Amino acid sequence: MTGPISSRPVQRRRASQQHLWLCAAPAMTLFAAFWLLPMLRLVGVGASGPTGAMAYLAVLTNHHYLWSLVSTLLLSAAVTAVTLAISVVVGVFLQRHRIPGKALLMAMLTFPLAFPGVVVGFMVIMLAGRQGLIGALTDKLFGESLVFAYSFTGLFLGYLYFSIPRVILTVIAAAEKLDPALEEAARSLGASPWRVLADVVLPALTPALISSGAICFATSVGAFGTAFTLATNIDVLPMSIYNEFTSYANFSMAAALSIVLGLITWLVLALARSWSGNNGAAA
Amino acid sequence: MKRTLQHGVRFYLQLAFTLLICAFLIVPVILSILAGLTDNFFIGLSSGLTLRWVYQVWDDYQLTIWRSIVIALACLAVTAIVGVPLAYMLARYRGGNSRLARIIEELLMMPVAVPGLATALALIMAYGQYRSFRGSLLFILVGHVLFTLPFMVRPVLAVMQSSQLAVLEEAAASLGATRWQRFFGVVIPNVTSGILAGALMVVTLSIGEFNITWMLHTPLTMTLPVGLADSYASLRLEVGSAYTLIFLLMIIPLLIAMQWVANTTQAKVRL
Repeated sequence: MTGPISSRPVQRRRASQQHLWLCAAPAMTLFAAFWLLPMLRLVGVGASGPTGAMAYLAVLTNHHYLWSLVSTLLLSAAVTAVTLAISVVVGVFLQRHRIPGKALLMAMLTFPLAFPGVVVGFMVIMLAGRQGLIGALTDKLFGESLVFAYSFTGLFLGYLYFSIPRVILTVIAAAEKLDPALEEAARSLGASPWRVLADVVLPALTPALISSGAICFATSVGAFGTAFTLATNIDVLPMSIYNEFTSYANFSMAAALSIVLGLITWLVLALARSWSGNNGAAA
Repeated sequence: MKRTLQHGVRFYLQLAFTLLICAFLIVPVILSILAGLTDNFFIGLSSGLTLRWVYQVWDDYQLTIWRSIVIALACLAVTAIVGVPLAYMLARYRGGNSRLARIIEELLMMPVAVPGLATALALIMAYGQYRSFRGSLLFILVGHVLFTLPFMVRPVLAVMQSSQLAVLEEAAASLGATRWQRFFGVVIPNVTSGILAGALMVVTLSIGEFNITWMLHTPLTMTLPVGLADSYASLRLEVGSAYTLIFLLMIIPLLIAMQWVANTTQAKVRL
């Protein structure tokens, strides 16, 4: 039973919560109208093809899509592993040592963060394309120019290019929170540098590595601009979706595949967040 | 101190590796800038420096640049107008610790978590039949707002959660300030650092957005990154490079400003 005395603050509180709903209304309306409902529609379109809802299984049963999915996942997993390894070495090194020009190095490492995928693809072309640096160098040295921008290796380099800056920033931020006394203790007890890395540094960095690794993986799986610029004949899943949509006007298949793709990236990010207890989705 | 003077082999190996990674990221950028200013990149710098390619891009693609700026500013306006009140709601609803607030935050991140291609396809399937909307810049703006909204909401929310805003607001309320006065007189002035950080992020992301825009654009609503892709695919390397140079010149001030904001504000804002 609530008496007249206690019910007044409750009422006032309710009124103030109501005005909070008004604050959220414009953004939520926008989001519902332009993302939530269109996504539901997309799920419906995905099931509207000649095979119905079976279209969602086509990614596993049709060997073209399956291959596209598998190569996307393998590529992204490899990119994530290599990016994490590079970022741990570079990030921990930069955080530990006072070297001249560190600010400049940091600026160089984070600059590409703002590049869209297409520009990243173009950077790979500058490096390994027909008029690229590596081609020119190998031409001078061996008399034969090495061009691999448009191959799987080029795609791999491009994905590394946009992944490294993101992950390095997270690693540096996490390394700042490490307690140097722990490493000192391990060293004084006779642990080798490798043991210190494996038993002290890496476990402390694990949450950051899981969350940034998940972002890296999800971004790679969904990356479209880089693959588009390099115009490789390797069908990563986003390229397959694009081709279904534009070249074959197969809207239902494009819809089904993009729902599958979206589910994969969302699931990876959600899992990583529940494992690391961190804000995994912060890009 | 002694350790920094006498470096072992391991130090130099790590240093070399770090420099290699920096080179991997920055050398192509430098090459691209040079190519954009070189008369004939295949021959090399000896062919002479020129602004010819930059002029050519300016003549052919100028509109894409203006369009991108207009969309970015419109996107900033929309995300600020709907995003700041939303952040306020998320910070305040049931003391800022409700399940609902977390679900909303999670939902807002979806257009970032899900590939842009999926968001773009969904928009096309749902609204593509409205021809005039489909063919207008508004259609692209919608995509950009969805994608950038969380980057406005998050830094503002972080500042709201870290500052003593609730106490200040209560003080203002006890002095008779109305809700409206409190929001504009107390809340907004105290979260400007968050709004500024969010604004820079929103504008930078919007100017560089490709994955959603590529699907949503029409020949008449081509934005800068779409134009870039177009030039990479069909024009000579020098033109693509000059175009990239213009893009870099546009984002560098934004990045410097972002760094400056991050350094000067005490608030822990994650960019």
